[in-house]
Amino acid sequence: MEPTQSKIPAMWSAFMVWVDRRFPATETYEYHLSKYYAPKNFNFWYYFGVLATFVLVLQLVTGIWLTMSYVPSGDGAFASVEYIMRDVEFGWLLRYLHTTGASAFFVVVYLHMFRGLIYGSYREPRELIWLIGMAIFVALMAEGFFGYLLPWGNMSYWAAQVIVSLFGAIPFIGADLMEWIRGDFLISEITLNRFFALHVVALPLVLVMLVFVHIVALHHVGSNNPDGVDIKKYKDENGIPLDGTPFHPNYTIGHDLPAIVLFLIAFCAVVFYLPEMFGYFIEMPNFEEANPLKTPDHIAPVWYYTPFYAMLRAATYPLLGIDAKFWGFVVMAGAIVMPAVLPWLDRSPVKSIRYKGLASKVMLGIFIVSFFVLGYLGTIAPSPVATVLAQVGTVLYFAYFVLMPWYTRVEKTKPVPDRVTMR
Amino acid sequence: MGGEGAIGPADNQRRYFLIGATSVVAGVGVVGAAIPFVQSWAPSAKARALGAPVKVDISKLRPGELLGPIPAWRGQPVFVLNRTQAVLDGLAPQDDTRADPNSDRLEQQPTYAKNTWRSRKPEIGVYLGLCTHLGCSPKFFGEVQPQDWDANWQGGFFCPCHGSAFDLAGRVKQDVPAPSNLVVPPYSFETDAVIVIGVDEENA
Repeated sequence: MEPTQSKIPAMWSAFMVWVDRRFPATETYEYHLSKYYAPKNFNFWYYFGVLATFVLVLQLVTGIWLTMSYVPSGDGAFASVEYIMRDVEFGWLLRYLHTTGASAFFVVVYLHMFRGLIYGSYREPRELIWLIGMAIFVALMAEGFFGYLLPWGNMSYWAAQVIVSLFGAIPFIGADLMEWIRGDFLISEITLNRFFALHVVALPLVLVMLVFVHIVALHHVGSNNPDGVDIKKYKDENGIPLDGTPFHPNYTIGHDLPAIVLFLIAFCAVVFYLPEMFGYFIEMPNFEEANPLKTPDHIAPVWYYTPFYAMLRAATYPLLGIDAKFWGFVVMAGAIVMPAVLPWLDRSPVKSIRYKGLASKVMLGIFIVSFFVLGYLGTIAPSPVATVLAQVGTVLYFAYFVLMPWYTRVEKTKPVPDRVTMR
Repeated sequence: MGGEGAIGPADNQRRYFLIGATSVVAGVGVVGAAIPFVQSWAPSAKARALGAPVKVDISKLRPGELLGPIPAWRGQPVFVLNRTQAVLDGLAPQDDTRADPNSDRLEQQPTYAKNTWRSRKPEIGVYLGLCTHLGCSPKFFGEVQPQDWDANWQGGFFCPCHGSAFDLAGRVKQDVPAPSNLVVPPYSFETDAVIVIGVDEENA
């Protein structure tokens, strides 16, 4: 036997002993990976948390590289994006990875949130995980909004103008607040500079910290599962949940790695063949430089904001002597934060949709349909029919939440199994 | 035997008072320290300077024509209209379809523009080309002809973003998202041919 072969593991463990006395490396690895027991019955819906983390890293890396060639000035921003696209080696790829990554981020986050809805992942004791997740969602929306101004295209410009104008709807302080946000009387280079700082420094820091505490909270209480049963109820003689399996390597290698590969295949297909996604990922007016004098003929936000934008436009009646646009702002903000109170709205004795009654399933179906219809309506030009549809959709969206304490209590639920089921 | 006895048992009341007093002072300090950070977001001296009054030559603006949108008031788009007598006569009959026909929302215009045609001289109209809904720039549709959004269109401005419509005096139509009339910026006539936008008797 070669002496060096047997020496390397020994040297490695000696090194880890040295490290562990000074930093909890092995302890952290075991706590979060090799001895974190995740339920055995994870299904398709449990891919999206890992994928969201993956996309976060992708956005951070491509974003840092884009910052190296981007110029955040009124004269230089639009030209520097063209420079990245034409002259920087592989600049086009970095930019398309970042723009497609933004949309992919929202795709996986929406699916991740939907998983929480169907399996009751927001229920006790995971309320804080859910609230931190909602904070991530809001921070992500802000991150996307600030980033959208940076290419300084005409749609960037007017989208920022419209969204900042929302704050003008707040009574009394609105006009001053708008001026304070813009730092100018109109969206200008000054606004661009501060949005750049927020997009590349402030919000990424916030996002990374929130994702960290999201995972810390998750690993403290343990993952929910499609049956919504507590796997810690039945443990073996070593205190390991009978229905749990080590997160690493069983889920990381066996479950998540293939998911990342499949995700990358779909993602790269978009990056290489459909980076503009017919104007849904990169909008056509954004190929024209920002023009403070000319609004694009049809202005719509990027697809991931459109359900909320449709609800904003759906408020057309003044109330209590305050303009309709203020109520539009209230409805939109309410729609965004409404899911945060889900843990206290759901009164069902069971967590998972598998064991909930018909009412919960019907309401969830209505909610999803209204979300998609609103998402479509937010992309099209306003018309009387579209406005009425959006109003109906808004009512149904809120009905899912507002009626939840009632329908989750009165419906007949199915018996929940003691242990997880594999199906 | 010295340790505990020398310090004595913890005096909780005294401790809470000290914690409270320290927190109050620290709170004041945090608020004070926040001021420069918050204030730095206000329009800078450069931004305010660029918002200075602008002179506009209207000598070549013939009746029935529109000048603009021009970046005339704090860099924002401004419309200058030279309206014919027929247009001015057509304003009053539209009163009953306007949300604020008499310009009663005083913050939307200086007092000298609180009239049916919303301007100093009836024929010359000066309006900020930003929709009062969410700030898109409305488009000019000067012709009297039926439009998708108004079968009885008498000419005016239409905002493509959310469908608000304004007449040729910038008065908003009823039941559109925009709550108020287009803003009339402060302006004055230096001569008959030159308007100074951003300056009037009150805003020198």
